[in-house]
Amino acid sequence: MRGKKKPWLKVTAATLLMGLVLAPCHAVTPDEVLKDPVLESRARALSQQLRCVVCQNQSIDDSNAPLAHDLRVLLRERLAAGDSDQQATDFLVARYGNFVLLKPPLHWNTVPLWIGPFLILLIAGIGFRRYFGRSKHAATPEAPSPLSDNEEQRLEMLLGDGRSV
Amino acid sequence: MAAEAGLFAIIIALFISLVQSIVPLALMRRGGPAAAAFVRQAAIGQFVFIAVAFGCLTYAFVTSDFSVQVVAANSHTLKPLLYKVSGVWGNHEGSMLLWVLILSLFGAAVALFGDNLPDRLQANVLGVHGLIGLGFLTFIVITSNPFTRLINPPADGNGLNPILQDPGLAIHPPFLYLGYVGFSMAFSFSVAALIEGKVDASWARWVRPWVLAAWCFLTVGITLGSAWAYYTLGWGGWWFWDPVENASFMPWLAGTALLHSALVVERRHALISWTILLGILTFSLSLIGTFLVRSGVLTSVHSFAQDPSRGAFILALILLSTGGALTLFAIRAPRLRNGAPFAIISREGGLTVNNILLTTATATVFLGTFYPIFVDMMGNDKISVGPPYYNMTFVPIMVPLLLAMPIGPILKWKRDDIRSAMGRLKPAAYACLVAAIITLVVTLGHNVLATFFMAIAAWLVFGSFAILVHRTRIGSVPLSKSFWLARTTPLAFYGLIIAHAGMGVTIAGITGMTNWATEKIEMLRPGQSLQLSGYDVRLRSVGDIAGPNYEAERGYFDIARRGKPFAQLYSERRFYPVRQQQTTAAGIRTNLISNLYVTLGDPDGKGSWAVRFYYHPFMPLVWLGALTMSLGGFISLFDRRLRVGAPQRSATGLFAVPAE
Amino acid sequence: MLPARSFIPLAAFLAVAALLAIGLQNDPHKIPSMLIDKPTPDFALTSLTGDDNGFSHHDLKGNVSLLNVFASWCPGCRVEHPMLMQLAARGDVPIYGLNWKDRQADSKRWLAKNQNPYARVGLDESGRVGIDLGVTGVPETFVIDRTGRIRYRYPGPITQEVWQEHFEPLLKDLRGLQ
Repeated sequence: MRGKKKPWLKVTAATLLMGLVLAPCHAVTPDEVLKDPVLESRARALSQQLRCVVCQNQSIDDSNAPLAHDLRVLLRERLAAGDSDQQATDFLVARYGNFVLLKPPLHWNTVPLWIGPFLILLIAGIGFRRYFGRSKHAATPEAPSPLSDNEEQRLEMLLGDGRSV
Repeated sequence: MAAEAGLFAIIIALFISLVQSIVPLALMRRGGPAAAAFVRQAAIGQFVFIAVAFGCLTYAFVTSDFSVQVVAANSHTLKPLLYKVSGVWGNHEGSMLLWVLILSLFGAAVALFGDNLPDRLQANVLGVHGLIGLGFLTFIVITSNPFTRLINPPADGNGLNPILQDPGLAIHPPFLYLGYVGFSMAFSFSVAALIEGKVDASWARWVRPWVLAAWCFLTVGITLGSAWAYYTLGWGGWWFWDPVENASFMPWLAGTALLHSALVVERRHALISWTILLGILTFSLSLIGTFLVRSGVLTSVHSFAQDPSRGAFILALILLSTGGALTLFAIRAPRLRNGAPFAIISREGGLTVNNILLTTATATVFLGTFYPIFVDMMGNDKISVGPPYYNMTFVPIMVPLLLAMPIGPILKWKRDDIRSAMGRLKPAAYACLVAAIITLVVTLGHNVLATFFMAIAAWLVFGSFAILVHRTRIGSVPLSKSFWLARTTPLAFYGLIIAHAGMGVTIAGITGMTNWATEKIEMLRPGQSLQLSGYDVRLRSVGDIAGPNYEAERGYFDIARRGKPFAQLYSERRFYPVRQQQTTAAGIRTNLISNLYVTLGDPDGKGSWAVRFYYHPFMPLVWLGALTMSLGGFISLFDRRLRVGAPQRSATGLFAVPAE
Repeated sequence: MLPARSFIPLAAFLAVAALLAIGLQNDPHKIPSMLIDKPTPDFALTSLTGDDNGFSHHDLKGNVSLLNVFASWCPGCRVEHPMLMQLAARGDVPIYGLNWKDRQADSKRWLAKNQNPYARVGLDESGRVGIDLGVTGVPETFVIDRTGRIRYRYPGPITQEVWQEHFEPLLKDLRGLQ
């Protein structure tokens, strides 16, 4: 039976098969899965946004820690009981704090976090424009208009060597 | 004996680094060939002695000398040889030794291959480099000595964490260190330039090979880390925005900006301050990354033991090096005159935009990584910053960059016309449209984002083709002329288009994985199967096997597609008695375009096991694309122009701009 | 005169370095309790011995008390156990136990073997009460005031130093308020 395996597949499987996991594999167990697929997909989506608080930087969807399991089950119970996504999340935040949210909430203390990147871009953009404004005023003569493609071609052939990139 | 020799070698290396730093900086004015020669010898010597020390530590690991503390803490006689060797750097002390080994390797390389560098510059560069070595060798000797002995050596060691007993450990850290420690050379060059008070076009030409080399290695290192996580962690995750992953990604982003910025310095003598700043910044980010992993400031899967005292030492080193460099920058930068102005629509303009976007992206990742510390400091609130944040900030910033990537190289220097530039890219635009239509059709119009990013992927890949076509004038000149143009094109050009195309492949991979990955879990008895995405996965049998230092339960799977046998895989649940740890090994089948991924989970005690099956379309493309980028970089390294001697200085002086 | 602009990178860097220096002092694993100054969440559990009315949040009212979360499989709980016995012997503050994610037989055996410092023990096999309390591991100890409000949470084993530094002053305060 083993001999029938394609050799390269064997090698591939053998070489790729390693993987030693401290917190063993993806965590949702078959008995946790809700019967209602809509609720289940909501639960999965939410779990991916919730942090496993006893792990190193994993969501409860990914982690195999016992507490993660408990939280997944609890989350599904809340959803089955009719909680909205926000209510179910708030339930966990009430107990574990904002730490449990992988997407940081927008509070007064996270405003710099959320607007920071775009603010930096804005400042950089302004700097960019000012640089060009300044260089325009610099006393340099107006540069000649660029060569057309044909003119460039002719120039290259005249020069006879590869132009720099 | 070996351990004592190793420690002795480190101390010698430390003294060498001391003189290596003092000589050029003390002889600043009177320098000259003698100082340069001395410093070259010192750099080579430093490398030799650190290599000896590293050899001694490796010897201790390989011979399982448990009287050496790190060996006892991290190794075991039953461990396979490969992991005994790679275990040398699987712990804090050993990895720091690897760190300084690579630092000194770059120093020695500049000493040996930097013949075309002017003496004063070489002396200053190696002097600054020596200072960095001095700092870290001191750190090692004082806080992280790998050669401490145990008074009562145990009969056997603690073994290595099972996760690290993997070929990934053998290659991922060395490449990573070659990358981000390699950026130390750019730092040294930048500071040397500030010390000399001048930067000319040739400086950029000398810096670029070193930055390029480090960048290539870092790209490979990060890719390896991602692939390793994928098959090791058991659920097919390949990037988590974990603080330590970010710690290697930030230098990569900054390093990419540096690479492109140096080009503008070289060709147009512009963006000088920016380039120097990036040179300093990139390595500083590497240092901050080193700090992150070893100080316990943030939780991460990667952390070595949390040790705030070591963290404090590294922080002090960072303060001295980066603080010193930036102070020098503040004082000297205004003196660096910028050269020829350029229009916004020009290659320099494009590269400036590239610079801005990459720097903003770096700042974004930095913000996300370190913000939790800030919040904790402000009040008693702890927050997490996870993938959702980066998806909403990093990705939108990268999009304009991706769009600009084919446009930049096709623009002319100094000034160009946007319409004619876009005209040259028409083939790419058509390909883009085709990709978008295909994706729309395949996804039945449901997934706008996927369509958008697949179009971008096509834009990048076919943009590279378009650039090649434009360069070789295919279609508008005789074929022989095109061939001639292709032959005489510098290698750096090919590096460019290959690297940019590689990025497109990676984007395709990410899009596929994010949008179309599927998974299923079921309890199966031997003989039962589950179906997903057109595959039938049958658990054939489960048996016990023994490995070199573990016992395992192995499940054999038969995978069929459309009724025909397709693959056979196995997955193991392993138990390591020495460390009392349980791990899982996944079975993966790849055809380099997509992956099938299966794992054996917990048994229910009644004859069934939890089986998880994942279908991962385009996953390998993520890494193949990244490796392609790195290949492009390596090809560029062989460009003749990066290795010939310094260009002739024009007679009119240092700041003369080549007439063009 | 040097333009101020060129000092911006240095200034930004120094700010970051200061942040990192401060960061060295905090422990990323410790998350603050969300329940400080809030009433103990409602719960009603069977007690360890099973022969009385069980253990509920009502039992935590009336006196300043400690609620210690423990488990028989937890090594840290074994480490702090002697300290708890000492405190129980002194008798100035009642200690209630929450047996978290454990089996009744195992914890009975553990307490029989190591003695029982608890006035009452509630069995939280499923861990739900623990989740309501925001428990992330064992041992954890809560200080609860007369009105049943949680005033403090300490994660980790209680040692002599921990007791003197964190618990004693607080308990003195709470008991001082009549």
